[in-house]
Amino acid sequence: MTSSAPLTEQVIDTDEVTAADVPWVTIVWNDPVNLMSYVTYIFTSVLGHPRPRAEKLMLDVHRKGRATVSSGTREQMEADVAKLHGAGLWATMAQDK
Amino acid sequence: MEASVIADLVDQVRQLLAARRAEQPTDPLATLTGMAVGQDTPPTDPALARLLPDFHASDVDMAGGLRVLHEPDLIAAKDADAVTLLDSLPRGGGTVRLDEPTAQAWLRALNDVRLAMGVRLDITDDDEEPAALIADPEGPTAAMYHTYRWLSGVQDSLVTALMD
Repeated sequence: MTSSAPLTEQVIDTDEVTAADVPWVTIVWNDPVNLMSYVTYIFTSVLGHPRPRAEKLMLDVHRKGRATVSSGTREQMEADVAKLHGAGLWATMAQDK
Repeated sequence: MEASVIADLVDQVRQLLAARRAEQPTDPLATLTGMAVGQDTPPTDPALARLLPDFHASDVDMAGGLRVLHEPDLIAAKDADAVTLLDSLPRGGGTVRLDEPTAQAWLRALNDVRLAMGVRLDITDDDEEPAALIADPEGPTAAMYHTYRWLSGVQDSLVTALMD
């Protein structure tokens, strides 16, 4: 098939989203060693969640095996994961698709 | 004597971390800038691997890059918490009085000890006893597990005190 007129090159691909636009999240994974009380405490003191939300997230981690505990830019999630590692939690960052 | 048990276990974690730090690559740029550079692959020792987890669950390149950047600081922070705990232990025994920052350091240092013990004991379930203990309830695993449970109680009491 021969190529058509160059008009198509002007079309913006609306499906294309820049990396900066896609939000990132921090995930905390369940660990049998971490105390429920300690995990709740870290969610309040390190991530700044109010106590009821911290408890809810902790229970999600405990029951479902993982929970998304924060979201934002890639740099923000990197900082959150680093802080959670400092507190001994098993945390990773991921792109929120 | 309880303080010496805690001190011994905290020391073991420090040694574990120190061995990892000794493996840090000597990078000429790092020497110039004073910035420590970490390794880009996780530790092979499973206890160390749990103390120094990956930043990303599947993207190996990203996890490696972030490990290089962050691991030295993480090791330094954990070691600092261990030292804070050790320094606060009373010589010759007695009650410990902790201010909030010291108590928070205790929490993190105790958590590191329990994480390392959890790996060695192969604790995989939130509520059940480890398989090794069930297989040999009178053996050396029992003593280690007893200490682990006791430390869990200490950490839990500390959290309760801090949360109120």
